[in-house]
Amino acid sequence: MKYIDEFQDPDLARRLLDDIHSTVTRPWALMEVCGGQTHTIIRHGIDQLLPEQVELIHGPGCPVCVTPLEVIDKALEIASRPGVIFCSFGDMLRVPGTGRDLFQVRGAGGDVRVVYSPLDALRIAQQNPDREVVFFGIGFETTAPPNAMTVYQARKLGIRNFSLLVSHVRVPPAIEAIMQSPSCRVQGFLAAGHVCSVMGVEEYPELAERFRVPIVVTGFEPLDILEGVRRTVAQLERGEHTVDNAYPRAVRPEGNAAARAMLEDVFEVTDRAWRGIGVIPDSGWRLSAKYRDHDAEYRFSVDGIQTREPAECRSGEVLQGLLKPHECEAFGTLCTPRTPLGATMVSSEGACAAYYLYRRLDLTPAPREASPVV
Amino acid sequence: MPVLDPAAWTCPAPLRDQPRVVMGHGGGGALSAELVQHVFAPAFGGSVLAQMGDAAALSLGGVRMAFSTDSFVVRPLFFPGGSIGDLAVNGTVNDLAMSGARAAYLSCGFILEEGVEMETVARVAEALGAAARTAGVEIATGDTKVVESGHGDGIYINTAGIGLIPAGVDLRPQRVVPGDVVMVSGAIGVHGVAIMSVREGLEFGVEIESDCAALGGLVDAMLAVTPDLHVLRDPTRGGLAASLNEIAAASGTGVVVREREVPVPPAVANACAVLGLDPLYVANEGKLVAFVPRAHADAVLDAMRAHPLGAGSTVIGEVVADHPGMVVARTGLGGTRVVDMPIGEQLPRIC
Repeated sequence: MKYIDEFQDPDLARRLLDDIHSTVTRPWALMEVCGGQTHTIIRHGIDQLLPEQVELIHGPGCPVCVTPLEVIDKALEIASRPGVIFCSFGDMLRVPGTGRDLFQVRGAGGDVRVVYSPLDALRIAQQNPDREVVFFGIGFETTAPPNAMTVYQARKLGIRNFSLLVSHVRVPPAIEAIMQSPSCRVQGFLAAGHVCSVMGVEEYPELAERFRVPIVVTGFEPLDILEGVRRTVAQLERGEHTVDNAYPRAVRPEGNAAARAMLEDVFEVTDRAWRGIGVIPDSGWRLSAKYRDHDAEYRFSVDGIQTREPAECRSGEVLQGLLKPHECEAFGTLCTPRTPLGATMVSSEGACAAYYLYRRLDLTPAPREASPVV
Repeated sequence: MPVLDPAAWTCPAPLRDQPRVVMGHGGGGALSAELVQHVFAPAFGGSVLAQMGDAAALSLGGVRMAFSTDSFVVRPLFFPGGSIGDLAVNGTVNDLAMSGARAAYLSCGFILEEGVEMETVARVAEALGAAARTAGVEIATGDTKVVESGHGDGIYINTAGIGLIPAGVDLRPQRVVPGDVVMVSGAIGVHGVAIMSVREGLEFGVEIESDCAALGGLVDAMLAVTPDLHVLRDPTRGGLAASLNEIAAASGTGVVVREREVPVPPAVANACAVLGLDPLYVANEGKLVAFVPRAHADAVLDAMRAHPLGAGSTVIGEVVADHPGMVVARTGLGGTRVVDMPIGEQLPRIC
């Protein structure tokens, strides 16, 4: 835990930036897949420091953002029911469904609880045997294994009043979908280090080869991002397209065998809808038949959900890297973190939120003379 | 207490899009401000309330005094470095201190939940009394109510306090001007992380103790150097970011913070990194942020560092004429970013 300062060292950052500046000869468009990386980039102003030729396109890797409205509405419906304790990670509580969010369900009397681990939700189920406890299981390969473990434990301990509302998604099919889009401009990927720490890198060589894009596994601290950009740009300048691991302190090529085994036991691959993008084949997980008793969608009848997406929200284009957040007409006017139209503005990892929170000064025309900040 | 009649309730500004109260309305951020601006202030009226400071500066019989109240609903009641009793004293004492006033008298209202152990009440009362003696303030009046089991969280405490404002002291955001130096009295984010570590059962490798303390003595030491301080704030709920934003908005100036200069202890930084929180938004209970005229900055900083509660004082930024009403951080790598007003509660992220 003492590594944070080391990976924010300004002198090392300067050296990496110098290297990138001296390497680049042409424009390149790179996509950072993960929303956590997007926030590091914007929060530390990394995009301001890179050469103009290097454009960072923000990818779909915010688990909160890509959770479909229908699933959020199902969560709101289940959380509103008497006798239910609905548990979730904190950042799902402010994501708007159709007309309301989980905070408002709680304000109206619903028992909605923030937990820091899905195992906390399981403990709540043990302590409340006469209540139905539901955990909102969303996220990429990073959060899926602990959620799978929770269901496994519930089965093992005979905790029958626990279920998972699942909306897990997988990164490689998303990369494939982005590259197959006719309007795709992405020439290289900074792959999400946390995802690779679970899954390893073996899913990527085929993608790198098929789409002729370098894929560099990248961490989340500022120096990690700069190193990922440096290696990706170096490959592009050399005309290469291989998979490279720039995050070896966390990622082994084979990933985490125990976590993968847990995933395979509890989940099965399925088609999954991504908010703002649509259904991507084989891009998600659902509970396998063996664990269906713990699937909240089966346990609670939540059919007939009528969703209503705000027409002005262009978060789908943002999630696909086709639009920068501030290029949306609603950005900062109709749509703010206080009055979000879409999840990209409300999620702590959303690209629109990052631009609004950290970059508003540059994006809002202000009647002022330019002057250097101290 | 008068019965609220909704039909006779004339609220000039409609509630925004929150038909019910949510936790964020008490979070010290934008939602809290909206509740006060759209509901309480129009209903109450009055010129003093319009000051919107942590304490109201009053003139009574020719005497300038500060008056403040605060309620404490912390869970758990005891935490590393303090208790709800310490908070109930120090919170109000500090609100007064931020007006330059030394707290003289406090009131203390207990709301007890049926079933709470008497020993717990006694321990809280002992802690409260001890904190008052440390702060040099007397509990002059009080009140006790009991609510049915399940209608409270053990013990809630409200305190109110009054103190005299010394001659020549005029602390308010409107006095802030470009060039003012912004300093904090020590490490930030400590109290919030200490509470989270016990409330949520999270362990961060080292025990983090709350910085809960009464700041009257530190403020006295600063005012002894010069009464010409412009603004003091104790960055409690909403953290340093909320305090800086409030001052920037109220003064119509811009604030620039050098992010690497903000003292964040490694344990707080690590805990925040794990939870996806920004230390700038995490609550403090024994720190202050000061806006000081540049001419006095070095002397004030020396005085702060010479006081036990200000030993870690440091300059974190300055006031600029650019971007009025906004707080901007210069990042460690050399970029810039906006430091926004928090909306409500900070939420731990998913991964």
